[in-house]
Amino acid sequence: MTRLADIVPKIRSKNAGPFWLTVDIFCGNANVFDRVSAAIHSEKVAELFQMQQDQLKRFDISDLHVVKFSLPRPQVQGVQADRDMHGASFANLLAELDI
Amino acid sequence: MVKVLIPSGALGLGYDRAALSRGIAAKPDIIAIDGGSTDSGPHYLGTGTSKYSRNSTRAEWAELMEARAQAGVPLIIGTAGTCGADSAVDWLVDITREIAAERGESLKLAVLKSGQSADMLVEALEKGRITDLPAAPEISADILRNCTNIVALAGAEQIQAALDTGADIVIAGRTTDTAIISALPLARGCHAGGAWHGAKIGECGALATTSPNSGTILIDFDADGFTMTPMGDEARATPHTVSAHMLYENSDPYILYEPGGYLDVRGATYTALDDRSVRVTGSTWVPSDTYTVKLEGARQAGFQTVSLALVRDARYVEHINAWCDDIVEKCTAKAQARVGGEFNIELRVIGQNATLGALDNHATIGTELGVMGIVTAETEALSREVAKMLNPYLLHHPLTEQEEMPTFAFPFSPPEMPRGAIHEFCLNHVLELDDPMQAFRLTTEEIGA
Repeated sequence: MTRLADIVPKIRSKNAGPFWLTVDIFCGNANVFDRVSAAIHSEKVAELFQMQQDQLKRFDISDLHVVKFSLPRPQVQGVQADRDMHGASFANLLAELDI
Repeated sequence: MVKVLIPSGALGLGYDRAALSRGIAAKPDIIAIDGGSTDSGPHYLGTGTSKYSRNSTRAEWAELMEARAQAGVPLIIGTAGTCGADSAVDWLVDITREIAAERGESLKLAVLKSGQSADMLVEALEKGRITDLPAAPEISADILRNCTNIVALAGAEQIQAALDTGADIVIAGRTTDTAIISALPLARGCHAGGAWHGAKIGECGALATTSPNSGTILIDFDADGFTMTPMGDEARATPHTVSAHMLYENSDPYILYEPGGYLDVRGATYTALDDRSVRVTGSTWVPSDTYTVKLEGARQAGFQTVSLALVRDARYVEHINAWCDDIVEKCTAKAQARVGGEFNIELRVIGQNATLGALDNHATIGTELGVMGIVTAETEALSREVAKMLNPYLLHHPLTEQEEMPTFAFPFSPPEMPRGAIHEFCLNHVLELDDPMQAFRLTTEEIGA
């Protein structure tokens, strides 16, 4: 199986304020962007984050060769159950996704 | 038309000194730097303190005050002291007074405070003037009154009022990251969409260039848009680095909400002027009918004591989850019986899934594991007491009753590390204002020689 991290140059996740998380998949060129954009299903991403799909925002940005997902943070930043203050490690969930 | 020099993404992050000098030589109209954000967590707003060390902040701020003197233009900082609470503003004002006195410099200082009174907000809540943003937590009068600090994010209007005092230095409490950059171009009639878009691109300094660590950039705003030029020797801005910055820490890459309206960059075009500079035109500012400012608040959420044990025994590593579950169950029962009160014991297994928790579906285990014990309780004393009860389990708990007592590794004595009060963010709302200055306080003073 091919994992997303094997075909794209960079995947980044970050807080977008304390209540939201945003994940940017930089595909590098138009070919990879087209492949990633077609292969990644929003249902699968919602499943990875164990969330309702209607809360997931998706942007396929062809000019930048970026697929971006934004979602309410799995835990609000800094609450007792939060494990990652900057939200940086959630990118790994996408990086390890088989496509 | 208006040149804004941005030394770096935040005071305390550092920058390339040669790049800053080049920026001063380019004759900016203002030097603007951000002092913080919520990104390091609720502790800073909860306590009204700075994340960065006083000495680092003082050293960098003194250099920027020198740069300001050379350029002969105003210097402004937004979200002073990481969180922009009133106490964090006072902290930076003290530092500024010390530096001015040392330099023998006489300066006019404007101070803009963003702290909010809970009573005023409770009244606003009752009048329906507080609205939730997406994914906002529930709020109530009690929650507002329990916050240790609430701030409102100032926009361009409040920063313009501070600049209008003729101050040499403006120290602002919580502001939007962009307002300190957009305020002067907007006041001088530059293109509104360009002013806000350029401010968003510039708010992290050189992050929107090929050389993020160089820090310093210059943005030249005009009647149609803006031009962004990095000041670092090796740094280059390209249409890609500039346009991609709208993605950064933004849940929507095209729209950015600000007090009084929103920025829409869907129509923006990005043109390379040469191999360093990028020109941007075509972004739009859409004014709103009502003037709202975003609120941030933090409240205390108990007290925490953490411990760390290391497990290297192969059999215990293999059965770590059963071991942890048994400890939590037994220690919780013991603590309830011996001390009572509200507390929670959690063990996170470092080396298994401490980072992603239940979301991790590729966890593998190596030869050793760290077990982080986290005790959260309603009082500091209780968190320490329960953590002390947890210690004998982390040290000696056997997997089964029919085996010799094991002993695990502790890197520290004492093993319990009290973290003090913990805080949580509890507001993701906007407050409607009749007048932009209604929720903010602006004062001026003469400092230095």
